[in-house]
Amino acid sequence: MNFNNGDVVVTGLGATTPLGADVPSTWDALLAGRSGVTRITDEWVEPFPAQLVARLAQEPAEKIDRVRSRRLDRSQQVAVVAAEEAWADSGAGDAGYDSLRIAVVVGTGIGGALTLLGQDDVLEEKGPKRVSPFTIPMLMPNGPAAAVGLAIGARGGVHAPVSACASGAEAIRWGLDMLRLDRADVVLVGGTEACVHPLPMAGFASMRAMSTRNDDPEHASRPFDAGRDGFVLAEGAACLVLEREDAAKARGAKVYGKLAGAGGTSDGYDLVAPHPEGEGAQRAIGAALRDAGLTAADIGHVNAHATSTPVGDIAEAAAILESIGDHAAVTATKSQTGHLLGAAGALESVFCLLALRDQVIPGTQNIEQLDDAAAVQKLDIVRGAPRTATFSAALNDSFGFGGHNMALVFTTA
Amino acid sequence: MASTAEIQSGLAEILEEVAGVAPADATPEKSFTEDLDVDSLSMVEIATAVEDKFGVAIPDDELGGIKTVGDAISFIEKNQD
Repeated sequence: MNFNNGDVVVTGLGATTPLGADVPSTWDALLAGRSGVTRITDEWVEPFPAQLVARLAQEPAEKIDRVRSRRLDRSQQVAVVAAEEAWADSGAGDAGYDSLRIAVVVGTGIGGALTLLGQDDVLEEKGPKRVSPFTIPMLMPNGPAAAVGLAIGARGGVHAPVSACASGAEAIRWGLDMLRLDRADVVLVGGTEACVHPLPMAGFASMRAMSTRNDDPEHASRPFDAGRDGFVLAEGAACLVLEREDAAKARGAKVYGKLAGAGGTSDGYDLVAPHPEGEGAQRAIGAALRDAGLTAADIGHVNAHATSTPVGDIAEAAAILESIGDHAAVTATKSQTGHLLGAAGALESVFCLLALRDQVIPGTQNIEQLDDAAAVQKLDIVRGAPRTATFSAALNDSFGFGGHNMALVFTTA
Repeated sequence: MASTAEIQSGLAEILEEVAGVAPADATPEKSFTEDLDVDSLSMVEIATAVEDKFGVAIPDDELGGIKTVGDAISFIEKNQD
């Protein structure tokens, strides 16, 4: 087996989110403290306890032509939009890479739910012969990765990790593994989600996982606040281009930072509830630090998973305190973006890299009264306005229903 | 009964909607796969749209034999009520 021990760098970023149509506009809106959350006004939402959503700032149809769009599920459309931005940003498409050595890893939590549910309506109303021949490729969870692979001409492998809200982070870890195992020379990684529809909304609400602060959309997602009552469902996608440092330098590529290490564990505790002390999360963070060759003291910034659920935020705070300590500046960007589920880990990794580049840490919005849990009280949570800081390593946590824990460490180039 | 010209223009509308083919390109000698880049799944969608527009169902065992726009026009002409 071949191994490649060279460092892995990030040379391209792409995103389409509730805060912006691309990476620069999303980052600007994040630092400006803007919220992507709104209240749904459609008639169907009336009986729903949770009526909030963070929709895309720009419809994907504005970037993908009609004929291409109609055979892509919305989760695939946004993945392609983010991937094409990242790919163009990296310049890797013009770098002479052999297509056999270009790979894609794009995860999703839910997959093509809108297609599945929409075609079920067609089946009920018009019968089986009217179901679209594109139904299966549009609903399959590897569909976004496959669509991205076609868009950039990747022939070295197309993969789709599915680990609920850790999928995007798992995709990044998978891409790192592929480069280290010498299975590819460049890997486009990321996550995508687009499942704003009554059924997922009802399912999450029945779990009591979503905020019901319907009258106050912008303040509904409030990680670490004592009054938090659940997450806000968001849609979007984010992608990163990973290459080996020597190859990137040789071609004069712009480098955002290094993907220095990754760790992944499973709780083995409960299907959906996190371990109360974040035991699995601690192991994931520890593994990522060791993989990066760093110690807890090196981590200057943590972009927490912190979805604004009562139980999850406290478990994560405990895990961060135990494995990193209280010195790192912690932020929870879902306070503005909402929860992009399978895209969250990828988007928050983009934020970590931009934070490293600009030496600024986005603030957590909507903390009026910090939760009184001891671990939350001890962490250095950046509240309100962004904070300038000098730091060389950032950690991104991602966790998913199913007991999936992912931790990624990024460092300055 | 639709005339040949009506069938050709109706088929061109379907091809534009389903596969983004410019109406001027949808001429009888054109091959769906070779010239117009229409794949097999899109052919299934086209068959459904033809049934809606012209009331002519194209059975699966006939669909494979329809290679060109002209083949489709002939099939619709022969099978319309």
